[in-house]
Amino acid sequence: MTSNGARGGAHHPLIELTLARLREFVREPEALFWSFFFPIVMSVAMAIAFPSQGSRPARVGVPPGAASDMLRKTLSSGPGLIVHDVPAEEELRRLREGDVHVIVRPGDPPTYRFDPDREESRIARLVVDDVLKRAAGRSDPWRAREDAVAIPGSRYVDWLIPGIVALGIMNNSMWSIGFMTVQMRLRKLLKRLAASPMQKWEFLLAQVLARLLFLGPEVAVPLVFGVFAFGMPVRGSILALALVALLGALAFGSIGLLVGSRVRTLEAISGLMNLMMVPMWVLSGVFFSSSNFPEVVQPFIRVLPLTALVDALRGVVLEGASLGGIRFEMATLAAWAIVPFSIGLRIFKWR
Amino acid sequence: MTENREVSTTAAVRCVDLRKRYGEVIAVDGLSLEVRRGECFGLLGPNGAGKTTTIEILEGLLAPDSGDVEVLELRWQRDERQLRQRLGIQLQESQFIDKLTVEETLRLFRSFYDRGKTIDELLALVELESKRSSWVVKLSGGQKQRLSIACALVGDPDLLFLDEPSTGLDPQSRRQLWGVLQRYRAAGGTILLTTHYMDEAEVLCDRVAIVDHGKIIALDAPKAMVTALGAPKVVVHEGTLEDVFMSLTGRHLRDE
Repeated sequence: MTSNGARGGAHHPLIELTLARLREFVREPEALFWSFFFPIVMSVAMAIAFPSQGSRPARVGVPPGAASDMLRKTLSSGPGLIVHDVPAEEELRRLREGDVHVIVRPGDPPTYRFDPDREESRIARLVVDDVLKRAAGRSDPWRAREDAVAIPGSRYVDWLIPGIVALGIMNNSMWSIGFMTVQMRLRKLLKRLAASPMQKWEFLLAQVLARLLFLGPEVAVPLVFGVFAFGMPVRGSILALALVALLGALAFGSIGLLVGSRVRTLEAISGLMNLMMVPMWVLSGVFFSSSNFPEVVQPFIRVLPLTALVDALRGVVLEGASLGGIRFEMATLAAWAIVPFSIGLRIFKWR
Repeated sequence: MTENREVSTTAAVRCVDLRKRYGEVIAVDGLSLEVRRGECFGLLGPNGAGKTTTIEILEGLLAPDSGDVEVLELRWQRDERQLRQRLGIQLQESQFIDKLTVEETLRLFRSFYDRGKTIDELLALVELESKRSSWVVKLSGGQKQRLSIACALVGDPDLLFLDEPSTGLDPQSRRQLWGVLQRYRAAGGTILLTTHYMDEAEVLCDRVAIVDHGKIIALDAPKAMVTALGAPKVVVHEGTLEDVFMSLTGRHLRDE
């Protein structure tokens, strides 16, 4: 029989396995969309939905009809106020939905109806009160000189983008490794590979390597978008940023491997993935600060891998933190990279 | 057993008293067999007879509860790496990566082996040259099966394991597949296959073992088996292995 030297023109198995994974990925347009464009779409949507607090107009409701004419006119002239006519029976509903922040009923003195537990309601009440009293002839003892600044890096969108990057790393790493291994197990491809002389560690390492090759663009696309579209500052070093992203991807790849190590159905893996990820979407401070949660759960939140990654990314991007400054987060991510991978390797089912 | 020891130096596969149970179900019940170098040996049996479990134990993919396995005079526990380099394995129902091309799939498998054929040789061997750049997902059933055989042949194996290689193929594809296997035989290869097609066993195999309930209930050359059972006398047409099979297993239909 013919024999041709080692590998007969094929590359090293590690390279061939990695290439196979990459080819499979780029030939799946949906996967590309989710990896690269979804984070941008998400950032834009969030930036539109939650502009920085200062520029948000206060929305005021007044009863419809001629009785409110004076009030309507005065309020409309106030800066940053939008006036809506709100019939009495709709007042509570529209307050609840945040459609209006305060209701003003004409009278002497007028009545303010608002929810003091809501920040935007309290602000709207103050603005309305100021406008009405000034129109009624109040004379201020003095007016402070205002020095308004917009500091890039302190807006919601600046805070959000590193969170979106972290979310992307988590989603892509966990899904691509967890879901793909289950799919390959279902198709008996894992078993077929295990029947060949392929080294098992080479296969698992190739999955992670393929992941890391996509990590660069996945992290860079939303960050570059943030820099150019919103003027988001990147204060830390690119090297620190790369190391954080790398460690984050390893941590979530390792968790994905563990989650998918024995699962046999796509339904089960989807369920397990969501069980792992959804709580972190909420708890880890991607969209709103995790300091909103009670003190007792804070230590638990801090050791979640997504919290560590979000905090480390924000530290580097927004505060210019050095690696030393985020060593707790880096150690947490390293632990998540090592422990689940070791367990996953041991209990991994090839058939 | 003394006879077994005498020929063991030329045995490609030798197993003695294999047993494997899944809970209450006994899949393999004290099965012994020997495949000689250069022959094509068929395991025949109805669904659920224990063929796949047996062949997967021999392939080193399943551990038996008890029994002794020797493949190419090597042992799974000790020589797995060496053995895998010398075996070609085709599994029942295993699928390759949909969006890799035929060539990329072969190249991937070729990379695992220290020796073997070139991609061009493999494509010619299984007559898939025209499909070189097609995605796996676009192949017909017969083409997929030939790709699977090509992946099994990629390392120039001394021994080829095939688990129901022609199940679900149309007659033309089966004939094409048989051609590939006959060429491999002609080049000196050894085959152990499972099938439930009698005609396939008659065309390809030098010897067949009929397996039922995890045991071998008959073992001989297909022709000898037909003659010994006197099948030609039973029916009007010339006796076939199918007649032997039916008279031995006594069942027409079985569920998985």
